[in-house]
Amino acid sequence: MSDDLKTPLLDELEKGAWPSFVKDLKSMADKKPMVKDLLGQLEKSYADKRGYWKHGGLVGVMGYGGGVIGRYSALPDEFPGVSHFHTMRVNQPSGWFYTSDALNELFDIWDEHGSGLLNVHGSTGDLVFLGTVTDELEPTFRALTAKNWDLGGSGSDLRTPSCCVGPARCENACYDTLALSYDLTHNYQDELHRPMFNYKYKIKMSGCPNDCTAAIARSDMGIIGIWKDDIQVDQAAFAEYIDSEMDIQGSVVDKCPTGCISVEGKEIKIDNSNCVKCMHCINTLPKALRVGKERGAAITLGAKAPIVEGALFGSVMIPFMDMSNFEDMHDLIDRIWEFWDEHGKNRERIGECIERIGLATFLEGIGLDPVPQMVKQPRDNPYIFYEEYFEEEEEA
Amino acid sequence: MAGISIEQIADDMYQLVAESAGQKKLKSTDLTKAMTSKYGDQVSKQDCKAAIKLLIDSGRCVYGYFGGSSIELPHKEASAN
Repeated sequence: MSDDLKTPLLDELEKGAWPSFVKDLKSMADKKPMVKDLLGQLEKSYADKRGYWKHGGLVGVMGYGGGVIGRYSALPDEFPGVSHFHTMRVNQPSGWFYTSDALNELFDIWDEHGSGLLNVHGSTGDLVFLGTVTDELEPTFRALTAKNWDLGGSGSDLRTPSCCVGPARCENACYDTLALSYDLTHNYQDELHRPMFNYKYKIKMSGCPNDCTAAIARSDMGIIGIWKDDIQVDQAAFAEYIDSEMDIQGSVVDKCPTGCISVEGKEIKIDNSNCVKCMHCINTLPKALRVGKERGAAITLGAKAPIVEGALFGSVMIPFMDMSNFEDMHDLIDRIWEFWDEHGKNRERIGECIERIGLATFLEGIGLDPVPQMVKQPRDNPYIFYEEYFEEEEEA
Repeated sequence: MAGISIEQIADDMYQLVAESAGQKKLKSTDLTKAMTSKYGDQVSKQDCKAAIKLLIDSGRCVYGYFGGSSIELPHKEASAN
Protein backbone atom coordinates (compact mmCIF):
# COMPACT_ATOMS: atom_id res chain seq x y z
CA MET A 1 0.00 0.00 0.00
CA SER A 2 1.26 3.47 -0.82
CA ASP A 3 2.49 5.50 2.13
CA ASP A 4 0.11 8.46 1.91
CA LEU A 5 -2.53 6.73 4.04
CA LYS A 6 -1.52 6.28 7.67
CA THR A 7 -3.47 3.69 9.68
CA PRO A 8 -1.75 3.32 13.05
CA LEU A 9 -4.82 1.90 14.80
CA LEU A 10 -5.59 -0.63 12.09
CA ASP A 11 -1.93 -1.60 12.03
CA GLU A 12 -2.38 -2.93 15.56
CA LEU A 13 -4.77 -5.54 14.20
CA GLU A 14 -2.00 -6.97 12.03
CA LYS A 15 0.02 -7.91 15.08
CA GLY A 16 -0.34 -11.30 16.70
CA ALA A 17 -0.74 -14.84 15.50
CA TRP A 18 -4.00 -14.64 13.59
CA PRO A 19 -4.42 -13.53 9.97
CA SER A 20 -5.83 -10.02 9.76
CA PHE A 21 -8.38 -8.62 7.34
CA VAL A 22 -6.35 -5.40 7.47
CA LYS A 23 -3.48 -7.11 5.70
CA ASP A 24 -5.85 -8.26 2.97
CA LEU A 25 -7.34 -4.79 2.58
CA LYS A 26 -3.90 -3.20 2.32
CA SER A 27 -2.86 -5.68 -0.34
CA MET A 28 -5.80 -4.54 -2.47
CA ALA A 29 -5.70 -0.83 -1.67
CA ASP A 30 -3.39 0.13 -4.53
CA LYS A 31 -5.51 -1.68 -7.08
CA LYS A 32 -8.89 -0.47 -5.81
CA PRO A 33 -9.40 3.14 -4.67
CA MET A 34 -12.61 1.95 -3.00
CA VAL A 35 -10.58 -0.27 -0.67
CA LYS A 36 -8.18 2.55 0.14
CA ASP A 37 -11.07 4.75 1.21
CA LEU A 38 -12.50 1.84 3.15
CA LEU A 39 -9.27 1.68 5.16
CA GLY A 40 -9.36 5.44 5.65
CA GLN A 41 -12.93 5.45 6.92
CA LEU A 42 -12.29 2.48 9.18
CA GLU A 43 -9.22 4.14 10.70
CA LYS A 44 -11.25 7.29 11.33
CA SER A 45 -13.98 5.19 12.96
CA TYR A 46 -11.45 3.63 15.31
CA ALA A 47 -9.96 7.04 16.13
CA ASP A 48 -13.33 8.71 16.70
CA LYS A 49 -14.93 5.63 18.33
CA ARG A 50 -18.00 5.76 16.12
CA GLY A 51 -19.21 4.16 12.94
CA TYR A 52 -19.69 6.11 9.73
CA TRP A 53 -21.97 3.78 7.79
CA LYS A 54 -25.56 4.54 6.88
CA HIS A 55 -28.04 1.79 6.07
CA GLY A 56 -29.67 1.91 2.66
CA GLY A 57 -33.16 0.52 2.30
CA LEU A 58 -34.09 0.80 -1.34
CA VAL A 59 -31.19 -0.43 -3.43
CA GLY A 60 -31.62 -3.77 -5.12
CA VAL A 61 -32.01 -5.39 -8.48
CA MET A 62 -35.17 -5.34 -10.58
CA GLY A 63 -37.84 -7.70 -9.29
CA TYR A 64 -35.95 -8.80 -6.20
CA GLY A 65 -36.53 -7.52 -2.69
CA GLY A 66 -33.59 -9.37 -1.19
CA GLY A 67 -29.94 -10.11 -1.84
CA VAL A 68 -28.63 -6.55 -1.69
CA ILE A 69 -27.88 -4.72 1.55
CA GLY A 70 -27.49 -1.00 1.01
CA ARG A 71 -24.60 0.82 2.68
CA TYR A 72 -23.56 4.44 2.31
CA SER A 73 -20.76 6.41 3.87
CA ALA A 74 -21.71 9.22 6.20
CA LEU A 75 -18.53 10.97 5.01
CA PRO A 76 -18.82 10.80 1.21
CA ASP A 77 -16.76 13.96 0.62
CA GLU A 78 -13.89 12.69 2.71
CA PHE A 79 -14.06 9.11 1.43
CA PRO A 80 -15.71 9.23 -2.01
CA GLY A 81 -14.61 5.69 -2.85
CA VAL A 82 -17.03 4.30 -0.29
CA SER A 83 -19.85 6.81 -0.72
CA HIS A 84 -21.76 3.70 -1.88
CA PHE A 85 -20.59 0.42 -0.45
CA HIS A 86 -23.41 -2.06 -1.00
CA THR A 87 -23.21 -5.73 -0.12
CA MET A 88 -24.54 -8.50 -2.34
CA ARG A 89 -25.37 -11.98 -1.05
CA VAL A 90 -24.71 -14.74 -3.54
CA ASN A 91 -26.70 -17.94 -3.04
CA GLN A 92 -24.11 -20.54 -2.12
CA PRO A 93 -24.10 -24.07 -3.49
CA SER A 94 -25.44 -26.76 -1.13
CA GLY A 95 -22.77 -27.68 1.40
CA TRP A 96 -20.46 -24.94 0.09
CA PHE A 97 -18.93 -27.16 -2.56
CA TYR A 98 -17.21 -25.13 -5.27
CA THR A 99 -14.91 -26.01 -8.10
CA SER A 100 -11.88 -23.77 -8.64
CA ASP A 101 -13.43 -22.66 -11.92
CA ALA A 102 -16.63 -21.63 -10.15
CA LEU A 103 -14.73 -19.58 -7.58
CA ASN A 104 -12.63 -17.91 -10.28
CA GLU A 105 -15.84 -17.07 -12.11
CA LEU A 106 -17.17 -15.30 -9.02
CA PHE A 107 -13.87 -13.53 -8.32
CA ASP A 108 -13.70 -12.22 -11.91
CA ILE A 109 -17.24 -10.87 -11.72
CA TRP A 110 -16.54 -9.09 -8.46
CA ASP A 111 -13.18 -7.71 -9.59
CA GLU A 112 -14.93 -6.17 -12.56
CA HIS A 113 -18.01 -4.81 -10.80
CA GLY A 114 -17.11 -4.29 -7.14
CA SER A 115 -14.39 -3.85 -4.59
CA GLY A 116 -13.06 -7.38 -5.04
CA LEU A 117 -13.57 -8.00 -1.32
CA LEU A 118 -15.37 -11.17 -0.36
CA ASN A 119 -16.70 -12.82 2.74
CA VAL A 120 -16.58 -16.59 2.26
CA HIS A 121 -18.89 -17.27 3.89
CA GLY A 122 -21.06 -14.83 5.77
CA SER A 123 -22.99 -15.98 8.83
CA THR A 124 -26.12 -16.21 6.67
CA GLY A 125 -24.43 -18.98 4.68
CA ASP A 126 -24.22 -16.95 1.49
CA LEU A 127 -21.01 -15.99 -0.22
CA VAL A 128 -20.91 -12.25 0.28
CA PHE A 129 -19.66 -9.62 -2.16
CA LEU A 130 -18.60 -6.61 -0.09
CA GLY A 131 -18.78 -3.15 -1.56
CA THR A 132 -20.07 -1.79 -4.82
CA VAL A 133 -21.92 1.26 -6.11
CA THR A 134 -25.59 1.45 -7.02
CA ASP A 135 -24.92 1.62 -10.76
CA GLU A 136 -23.02 -1.66 -10.65
CA LEU A 137 -25.77 -3.70 -8.95
CA GLU A 138 -27.69 -4.60 -12.11
CA PRO A 139 -24.55 -5.35 -14.17
CA THR A 140 -23.27 -7.59 -11.35
CA PHE A 141 -26.60 -9.38 -11.18
CA ARG A 142 -26.63 -9.89 -14.95
CA ALA A 143 -23.09 -11.26 -14.87
CA LEU A 144 -24.01 -13.64 -12.06
CA THR A 145 -27.18 -14.96 -13.65
CA ALA A 146 -25.43 -15.36 -17.00
CA LYS A 147 -23.21 -17.90 -15.22
CA ASN A 148 -26.18 -19.54 -13.44
CA TRP A 149 -25.57 -17.92 -10.07
CA ASP A 150 -28.31 -16.15 -8.14
CA LEU A 151 -28.66 -13.77 -5.24
CA GLY A 152 -29.58 -15.04 -1.79
CA GLY A 153 -32.17 -13.77 0.64
CA SER A 154 -32.29 -10.69 2.86
CA GLY A 155 -35.02 -8.67 4.52
CA SER A 156 -38.36 -10.19 5.49
CA ASP A 157 -38.03 -13.22 3.30
CA LEU A 158 -36.87 -16.80 3.31
CA ARG A 159 -33.14 -16.52 3.87
CA THR A 160 -30.92 -18.66 1.71
CA PRO A 161 -31.36 -22.25 2.89
CA SER A 162 -28.10 -23.53 4.33
CA CYS A 163 -26.88 -27.06 4.98
CA CYS A 164 -23.90 -29.07 6.16
CA VAL A 165 -21.78 -31.22 3.83
CA GLY A 166 -24.14 -34.09 4.59
CA PRO A 167 -23.69 -37.50 2.94
CA ALA A 168 -21.16 -36.04 0.50
CA ARG A 169 -18.44 -36.24 3.13
CA CYS A 170 -19.92 -37.35 6.42
CA GLU A 171 -20.83 -40.86 7.55
CA ASN A 172 -23.12 -39.49 10.25
CA ALA A 173 -25.57 -37.88 7.82
CA CYS A 174 -29.06 -39.23 8.55
CA TYR A 175 -30.59 -37.66 5.44
CA ASP A 176 -29.47 -35.94 2.28
CA THR A 177 -29.05 -32.36 3.47
CA LEU A 178 -27.66 -31.27 0.11
CA ALA A 179 -30.69 -32.53 -1.77
CA LEU A 180 -33.12 -30.91 0.66
CA SER A 181 -31.29 -27.59 0.57
CA TYR A 182 -31.37 -27.66 -3.24
CA ASP A 183 -35.03 -28.67 -3.24
CA LEU A 184 -36.15 -25.93 -0.84
CA THR A 185 -34.12 -23.28 -2.64
CA HIS A 186 -35.80 -24.10 -5.93
CA ASN A 187 -39.26 -24.76 -4.53
CA TYR A 188 -39.42 -21.45 -2.67
CA GLN A 189 -37.88 -19.01 -5.15
CA ASP A 190 -40.66 -16.44 -4.70
CA GLU A 191 -40.34 -16.55 -0.92
CA LEU A 192 -36.56 -16.21 -1.23
CA HIS A 193 -36.52 -13.21 -3.55
CA ARG A 194 -39.78 -11.40 -2.82
CA PRO A 195 -40.13 -10.46 0.86
CA MET A 196 -43.63 -11.44 1.94
CA PHE A 197 -43.23 -12.44 5.58
CA ASN A 198 -43.56 -10.63 8.89
CA TYR A 199 -39.81 -10.92 9.25
CA LYS A 200 -36.93 -13.17 8.25
CA TYR A 201 -37.25 -16.96 8.15
CA LYS A 202 -34.10 -19.06 8.24
CA ILE A 203 -33.92 -22.76 7.46
CA LYS A 204 -30.76 -24.65 8.30
CA MET A 205 -30.16 -28.33 7.71
CA SER A 206 -27.76 -30.52 9.65
CA GLY A 207 -27.37 -34.18 8.81
CA CYS A 208 -26.94 -35.37 12.40
CA PRO A 209 -27.20 -34.08 15.98
CA ASN A 210 -23.63 -32.74 15.81
CA ASP A 211 -25.48 -29.91 14.06
CA CYS A 212 -22.61 -28.40 12.10
CA THR A 213 -24.85 -25.60 10.80
CA ALA A 214 -25.89 -24.70 14.37
CA ALA A 215 -29.51 -25.06 13.28
CA ILE A 216 -30.69 -25.46 16.87
CA ALA A 217 -29.44 -21.96 17.70
CA ARG A 218 -29.37 -20.05 14.43
CA SER A 219 -32.43 -20.97 12.43
CA ASP A 220 -36.13 -20.34 12.71
CA MET A 221 -36.51 -23.86 11.36
CA GLY A 222 -33.83 -26.43 12.06
CA ILE A 223 -33.92 -29.75 10.23
CA ILE A 224 -31.55 -31.98 12.15
CA GLY A 225 -30.80 -35.56 11.15
CA ILE A 226 -31.61 -38.24 13.71
CA TRP A 227 -32.24 -41.98 13.96
CA LYS A 228 -34.94 -44.00 15.69
CA ASP A 229 -33.41 -47.40 16.23
CA ASP A 230 -30.23 -48.49 18.01
CA ILE A 231 -26.70 -47.15 17.56
CA GLN A 232 -24.81 -49.58 15.33
CA VAL A 233 -21.95 -51.26 17.16
CA ASP A 234 -18.88 -53.02 15.75
CA GLN A 235 -17.68 -54.93 18.82
CA ALA A 236 -14.41 -56.03 17.13
CA ALA A 237 -13.52 -52.40 16.44
CA PHE A 238 -14.46 -51.51 20.02
CA ALA A 239 -12.13 -54.22 21.30
CA GLU A 240 -9.32 -52.57 19.32
CA TYR A 241 -10.00 -49.30 21.18
CA ILE A 242 -9.72 -51.22 24.45
CA ASP A 243 -6.47 -52.82 23.30
CA SER A 244 -5.10 -49.41 22.36
CA GLU A 245 -5.41 -48.47 26.05
CA MET A 246 -7.73 -45.58 25.30
CA ASP A 247 -9.43 -44.27 28.45
CA ILE A 248 -12.90 -45.51 27.52
CA GLN A 249 -14.28 -44.96 31.02
CA GLY A 250 -13.14 -41.34 31.27
CA SER A 251 -13.60 -40.35 27.63
CA VAL A 252 -16.86 -42.08 26.84
CA VAL A 253 -18.71 -43.85 29.67
CA ASP A 254 -18.45 -41.07 32.25
CA LYS A 255 -19.36 -38.41 29.68
CA CYS A 256 -22.58 -40.04 28.49
CA PRO A 257 -25.22 -37.51 29.65
CA THR A 258 -27.77 -40.19 30.51
CA GLY A 259 -25.34 -42.80 31.78
CA CYS A 260 -26.61 -45.35 29.30
CA ILE A 261 -23.21 -46.82 28.35
CA SER A 262 -21.35 -49.57 30.16
CA VAL A 263 -18.39 -51.78 29.29
CA GLU A 264 -18.17 -55.49 30.04
CA GLY A 265 -14.76 -56.92 29.26
CA LYS A 266 -14.09 -55.79 25.70
CA GLU A 267 -17.76 -55.25 24.86
CA ILE A 268 -19.71 -51.99 24.91
CA LYS A 269 -23.34 -52.08 26.07
CA ILE A 270 -25.70 -49.22 25.21
CA ASP A 271 -29.15 -48.78 26.70
CA ASN A 272 -30.59 -47.20 23.57
CA SER A 273 -33.96 -46.49 25.21
CA ASN A 274 -32.19 -43.87 27.33
CA CYS A 275 -29.89 -42.49 24.61
CA VAL A 276 -30.50 -38.80 23.88
CA LYS A 277 -28.47 -38.82 20.65
CA CYS A 278 -25.82 -36.42 21.92
CA MET A 279 -23.30 -37.98 19.49
CA HIS A 280 -20.43 -37.93 21.99
CA CYS A 281 -19.76 -41.68 21.96
CA ILE A 282 -20.07 -41.89 18.17
CA ASN A 283 -17.70 -38.95 17.72
CA THR A 284 -15.19 -40.44 20.15
CA LEU A 285 -15.35 -44.01 18.84
CA PRO A 286 -16.06 -43.53 15.13
CA LYS A 287 -14.65 -46.93 14.13
CA ALA A 288 -16.86 -48.83 16.56
CA LEU A 289 -20.11 -46.85 16.67
CA ARG A 290 -22.37 -45.50 13.95
CA VAL A 291 -25.74 -43.81 13.86
CA GLY A 292 -28.72 -46.17 13.57
CA LYS A 293 -30.24 -47.44 10.35
CA GLU A 294 -33.75 -46.00 10.66
CA ARG A 295 -32.90 -42.43 9.77
CA GLY A 296 -34.82 -39.20 9.33
CA ALA A 297 -34.85 -35.70 10.82
CA ALA A 298 -36.12 -33.84 13.86
CA ILE A 299 -37.69 -30.47 13.17
CA THR A 300 -37.04 -27.58 15.53
CA LEU A 301 -38.67 -24.17 15.42
CA GLY A 302 -37.96 -20.79 16.87
CA ALA A 303 -34.24 -20.17 17.31
CA LYS A 304 -33.13 -16.58 16.90
CA ALA A 305 -30.65 -13.94 17.99
CA PRO A 306 -31.74 -11.22 20.41
CA ILE A 307 -33.48 -8.46 18.45
CA VAL A 308 -37.12 -7.83 19.39
CA GLU A 309 -37.15 -10.40 22.21
CA GLY A 310 -34.21 -12.23 23.77
CA ALA A 311 -32.28 -15.02 22.10
CA LEU A 312 -34.06 -18.34 21.77
CA PHE A 313 -33.00 -21.88 21.08
CA GLY A 314 -35.17 -23.86 18.75
CA SER A 315 -37.52 -26.36 20.34
CA VAL A 316 -38.68 -29.66 18.93
CA MET A 317 -41.87 -29.60 16.87
CA ILE A 318 -41.52 -32.97 15.16
CA PRO A 319 -39.26 -35.53 16.85
CA PHE A 320 -38.88 -37.66 13.73
CA MET A 321 -39.80 -37.09 10.11
CA ASP A 322 -39.14 -39.51 7.30
CA MET A 323 -36.93 -37.76 4.74
CA SER A 324 -37.14 -40.22 1.87
CA ASN A 325 -39.15 -37.58 0.01
CA PHE A 326 -39.66 -33.91 0.72
CA GLU A 327 -43.41 -33.58 0.17
CA ASP A 328 -44.20 -33.72 3.89
CA MET A 329 -41.59 -31.01 4.48
CA HIS A 330 -43.18 -28.71 1.90
CA ASP A 331 -46.57 -29.29 3.48
CA LEU A 332 -45.26 -28.51 6.97
CA ILE A 333 -43.47 -25.34 5.85
CA ASP A 334 -46.56 -24.13 3.99
CA ARG A 335 -48.76 -24.66 7.06
CA ILE A 336 -46.32 -22.85 9.34
CA TRP A 337 -46.03 -19.89 6.98
CA GLU A 338 -49.80 -19.72 6.54
CA PHE A 339 -50.28 -19.52 10.30
CA TRP A 340 -47.45 -17.03 10.83
CA ASP A 341 -48.76 -14.89 8.01
CA GLU A 342 -52.17 -14.79 9.64
CA HIS A 343 -51.19 -14.36 13.29
CA GLY A 344 -47.66 -12.92 13.34
CA LYS A 345 -46.90 -9.28 14.05
CA ASN A 346 -44.54 -7.02 12.15
CA ARG A 347 -40.90 -7.98 12.85
CA GLU A 348 -41.96 -10.96 14.91
CA ARG A 349 -40.04 -14.16 14.26
CA ILE A 350 -41.86 -17.48 14.31
CA GLY A 351 -40.38 -18.38 17.73
CA GLU A 352 -41.59 -15.11 19.22
CA CYS A 353 -45.00 -15.64 17.66
CA ILE A 354 -45.26 -19.09 19.27
CA GLU A 355 -44.13 -17.66 22.64
CA ARG A 356 -46.78 -14.94 22.42
CA ILE A 357 -49.77 -16.99 21.37
CA GLY A 358 -48.80 -20.20 23.14
CA LEU A 359 -47.66 -23.55 21.84
CA ALA A 360 -51.11 -25.15 22.13
CA THR A 361 -52.70 -22.54 19.86
CA PHE A 362 -49.86 -22.82 17.38
CA LEU A 363 -50.07 -26.61 17.23
CA GLU A 364 -53.80 -26.47 16.71
CA GLY A 365 -53.31 -23.87 14.00
CA ILE A 366 -50.88 -25.93 11.97
CA GLY A 367 -52.56 -29.26 12.70
CA LEU A 368 -49.88 -30.96 14.78
CA ASP A 369 -50.64 -33.20 17.74
CA PRO A 370 -48.71 -32.49 20.94
CA VAL A 371 -46.04 -35.04 21.84
CA PRO A 372 -43.84 -35.34 24.96
CA GLN A 373 -40.70 -34.34 23.04
CA MET A 374 -42.13 -30.81 22.71
CA VAL A 375 -41.86 -30.23 26.48
CA LYS A 376 -38.98 -27.84 27.09
CA GLN A 377 -39.24 -27.60 30.86
CA PRO A 378 -41.62 -28.45 33.70
CA ARG A 379 -44.58 -26.09 33.63
CA ASP A 380 -44.49 -23.10 35.98
CA ASN A 381 -48.06 -21.99 35.45
CA PRO A 382 -50.44 -23.62 37.98
CA TYR A 383 -53.55 -22.41 36.17
CA ILE A 384 -54.16 -25.20 33.69
CA PHE A 385 -57.81 -25.99 33.09
CA TYR A 386 -58.96 -29.33 31.81
CA GLU A 387 -62.71 -28.71 31.56
CA GLU A 388 -62.87 -28.90 27.79
CA TYR A 389 -61.11 -32.26 27.83
CA PHE A 390 -63.49 -33.61 30.48
CA GLU A 391 -66.41 -32.43 28.36
CA GLU A 392 -65.05 -34.21 25.34
CA GLU A 393 -64.63 -37.39 27.36
CA GLU A 394 -68.15 -37.14 28.76
CA GLU A 395 -69.57 -36.61 25.28
CA ALA A 396 -67.68 -39.62 24.03
CA MET B 1 -63.30 -16.87 -8.18
CA ALA B 2 -65.52 -14.14 -9.53
CA GLY B 3 -64.09 -11.45 -11.60
CA ILE B 4 -61.40 -9.38 -9.79
CA SER B 5 -58.47 -9.29 -12.16
CA ILE B 6 -54.86 -9.30 -11.04
CA GLU B 7 -54.46 -5.90 -12.71
CA GLN B 8 -57.36 -4.50 -10.67
CA ILE B 9 -55.87 -5.81 -7.45
CA ALA B 10 -52.50 -4.35 -8.42
CA ASP B 11 -54.11 -0.96 -9.10
CA ASP B 12 -55.86 -1.02 -5.73
CA MET B 13 -52.65 -1.96 -4.01
CA TYR B 14 -50.76 0.79 -5.81
CA GLN B 15 -53.31 3.30 -4.61
CA LEU B 16 -52.84 2.15 -1.02
CA VAL B 17 -49.08 2.41 -1.31
CA ALA B 18 -49.33 5.88 -2.86
CA GLU B 19 -51.73 7.10 -0.17
CA SER B 20 -49.53 5.89 2.64
CA ALA B 21 -46.25 7.13 1.14
CA GLY B 22 -44.29 9.11 3.72
CA GLN B 23 -46.65 8.09 6.51
CA LYS B 24 -46.65 4.31 6.84
CA LYS B 25 -44.58 1.61 5.24
CA LEU B 26 -46.85 -1.14 4.00
CA LYS B 27 -45.73 -4.75 3.94
CA SER B 28 -46.78 -7.45 1.56
CA THR B 29 -49.09 -8.86 4.24
CA ASP B 30 -50.70 -5.44 4.83
CA LEU B 31 -51.62 -5.20 1.16
CA THR B 32 -52.90 -8.77 1.05
CA LYS B 33 -55.05 -8.26 4.13
CA ALA B 34 -56.43 -5.00 2.72
CA MET B 35 -57.45 -6.75 -0.48
CA THR B 36 -59.06 -9.72 1.23
CA SER B 37 -60.87 -7.29 3.49
CA LYS B 38 -62.12 -5.32 0.47
CA TYR B 39 -63.02 -8.19 -1.84
CA GLY B 40 -63.58 -11.09 0.56
CA ASP B 41 -63.29 -14.50 -1.04
CA GLN B 42 -63.25 -12.96 -4.49
CA VAL B 43 -59.47 -12.69 -4.14
CA SER B 44 -57.02 -15.29 -2.91
CA LYS B 45 -53.58 -14.93 -1.41
CA GLN B 46 -52.17 -16.24 -4.66
CA ASP B 47 -53.95 -13.44 -6.54
CA CYS B 48 -52.42 -10.92 -4.16
CA LYS B 49 -48.96 -12.41 -4.62
CA ALA B 50 -49.39 -12.18 -8.37
CA ALA B 51 -50.55 -8.57 -8.09
CA ILE B 52 -47.52 -7.61 -5.98
CA LYS B 53 -45.27 -9.35 -8.48
CA LEU B 54 -46.88 -7.29 -11.22
CA LEU B 55 -46.33 -4.05 -9.31
CA ILE B 56 -42.68 -4.83 -8.66
CA ASP B 57 -41.81 -6.24 -12.07
CA SER B 58 -43.41 -3.26 -13.81
CA GLY B 59 -41.33 -0.87 -11.69
CA ARG B 60 -44.41 0.94 -10.32
CA CYS B 61 -43.34 -0.11 -6.82
CA VAL B 62 -40.09 -1.25 -5.27
CA TYR B 63 -39.15 -3.24 -2.20
CA GLY B 64 -37.72 -1.21 0.64
CA TYR B 65 -36.14 -2.23 3.90
CA PHE B 66 -36.17 -0.45 7.20
CA GLY B 67 -36.23 -2.96 10.03
CA GLY B 68 -38.54 -5.11 7.91
CA SER B 69 -39.31 -5.24 4.21
CA SER B 70 -41.98 -3.00 2.73
CA ILE B 71 -43.45 -2.08 -0.64
CA GLU B 72 -42.93 1.54 -1.61
CA LEU B 73 -43.05 3.97 -4.47
CA PRO B 74 -39.68 4.37 -6.20
CA HIS B 75 -37.78 7.32 -4.80
CA LYS B 76 -34.26 8.37 -3.97
CA GLU B 77 -33.54 7.42 -0.40
CA ALA B 78 -32.18 9.93 2.06
CA SER B 79 -29.13 7.81 2.92
CA ALA B 80 -27.88 8.12 -0.65
CA ASN B 81 -27.54 11.90 -0.44
